[in-house]
Amino acid sequence: MAKPTVASDWLGGCAGCHMSILDIDERIVQVVELVDLRATPITDLKEPDKAGVTVGILEGGITNTYNEEVAKRMRDRCQILVALGDCAVFGGIPAMRNFFTIEDALKRAYVDTPSTDDSGKIPSNPELAKMTIVRPVHEIVKVDVFVPGCPPDADIIFYVLAELAQGRIPKLENNNLMWN
Amino acid sequence: MVTQKITIEPVTRIEGHAKVTINMTAEGKVDHAYFHVNEFRGFEKFCEGRMVFEMPSITPRICGICPVSHHLASAKTGDIVMGSPPPRTATLLRDLMHMGQIIQSHGMHFFELAGPDLILGFDADPAIRNVVGLIQADAGLALKAVALRKYGQEIIAKVGGRKIHPTFAVPGGVNRALSSQTRDEILKNIDEMIAITQAGLAIFKDWAAKNKEDIDKFAVFKTGYLGLVTPENGLELYQGDIRLVGQDGKELEKFDSNNYLDYIAEHVEDWSYLKFPYYKKMGYPGGVYRVGPLGRLNAVDHIDTPLAQEEFETYRAINDGQPIENTLHYHYARLIETLFAIERVKVLLDDPDILGRDILNTRQNFKGEGVGVIEAPRGTLLHHYKVKENGQVEKVNLIVSTGHNNWAMSEAVDSVAKTYITGPEVHEGLLNRVEAAIRAHDPCLSCSTHAVGQMPMIIDVLDQDGNLIKEIKRD
Repeated sequence: MAKPTVASDWLGGCAGCHMSILDIDERIVQVVELVDLRATPITDLKEPDKAGVTVGILEGGITNTYNEEVAKRMRDRCQILVALGDCAVFGGIPAMRNFFTIEDALKRAYVDTPSTDDSGKIPSNPELAKMTIVRPVHEIVKVDVFVPGCPPDADIIFYVLAELAQGRIPKLENNNLMWN
Repeated sequence: MVTQKITIEPVTRIEGHAKVTINMTAEGKVDHAYFHVNEFRGFEKFCEGRMVFEMPSITPRICGICPVSHHLASAKTGDIVMGSPPPRTATLLRDLMHMGQIIQSHGMHFFELAGPDLILGFDADPAIRNVVGLIQADAGLALKAVALRKYGQEIIAKVGGRKIHPTFAVPGGVNRALSSQTRDEILKNIDEMIAITQAGLAIFKDWAAKNKEDIDKFAVFKTGYLGLVTPENGLELYQGDIRLVGQDGKELEKFDSNNYLDYIAEHVEDWSYLKFPYYKKMGYPGGVYRVGPLGRLNAVDHIDTPLAQEEFETYRAINDGQPIENTLHYHYARLIETLFAIERVKVLLDDPDILGRDILNTRQNFKGEGVGVIEAPRGTLLHHYKVKENGQVEKVNLIVSTGHNNWAMSEAVDSVAKTYITGPEVHEGLLNRVEAAIRAHDPCLSCSTHAVGQMPMIIDVLDQDGNLIKEIKRD
């Protein structure tokens, strides 16, 4: 039987959840034996295989139009979607932006900050994504497994990966359910 | 005339979301390559109204790779705002935690992010050109890399309770003392970590000897250089004045972080969410400078620990004592700093005050405004808060490490694209070199766009009217 395939991506987060994946340390060797790691931010494949992957993992909330596209693409191409960490599950710290208008947040950063010179303006080039209100992943696409934590502990991530690799849906309860 | 545009998206093995667009002429030459940072979150706005003592917990969420840097920069800003200088023990403990951060971040970058290019090759199959490929190629080496990163992460956890997003520093000090048992646990692995870093240095130097031609044509250019220094102009990562040197390595300025607005300004370009800092007196882009390992080692005169100093002398001899301008030498400089950080851990732990119990200054002399600075792994990090008397934050300004290198990364992308892409046929390995130009700086785009951020990489080919002819993404 072919190994299960895993792809991951980060949206509006801080990369801390992916760092917590790396905090499984030498157990990464076991993970690599159990699963085939495909497109992730630390590998060089640019997007999840069109043919699909077994498990898709998303870190971060939806903060802009590009995040929406990436979340939808991952959902389309994976069998089981994991929302990893507080931003993906709830919106997290970046969701504090929702207390302000997007225009005010952009104006503060690109015009009003005291170090910004006379060139200050809100970037609007068509190459750039447009900001949206900040939402958890499940408001955009269906999520199968929720793993909260900021970031989730490496032991919990290892448990989740090991269960998924062996065809089981991990149960996040008791000591494996962490809120911080 | 621009006739086609190549897009690389996302740029991988870097933190955050970026893309590169390369405009090509009819002759298949590169007209200009752009490095777009495509992310913004808005910390400078949404921290308004929060309490100043919450900031060391909120701002680390800017970046999960260097959360300790934000945590400490924020606490240091709080020290100034509240007028509560921390006791010596607290300063030593913060510095220790920061060295853990430098070790894990630099160690991970060299082996896990950049390592696949250096060890497996720029042209290796992208399906295996990653840390898994490294495990398969040399499991022993990969496990050493894991051990080095783990060592740094465990220093952070032992000092601050957890590896990522610890809660430890507070305005005026820290919230827990160090036990002698923990000190001894950290001390016992020092020699092993030094040996792993020296193995990394040997790998880099071997690679550099075989790839000298590439190193000498891969994004080599002049800028100023900026970083914190000790009072004697030695390498300093936790506290000190900011030193700016010119293209020739001569000192232009040395200033206290609280006066940063007299020296640093930020330029905005419409095509990136990342701003472009520069030296105010020379204007933009004349006053651009580099930070991070290469910038720092050009801004200092020496390193205070013996093994790192020995390597520093070899390093600076590459260009006869003149500043090192080669982007690929970021990797070399990063390893020298890793060596320094490990040696510094020992210096800090050998100081008897590190076990002190006086860890928090509870006296306050409220100032209401302050600018904290630290050398994050990727460069100088500034937090500037204005706080009301009730402790509520009124205004926040952040100039983040990767931001200072924005111009340099853009220049490096353009330079490498022009050097290596010389005809209409663009193969994957060339695009990976363009990415490597960014990767060498080890950018942290979530950090730099604490604003809102993404850094994927796409190469779009446009016709002369700006219509898309083809888009190159690697998949």
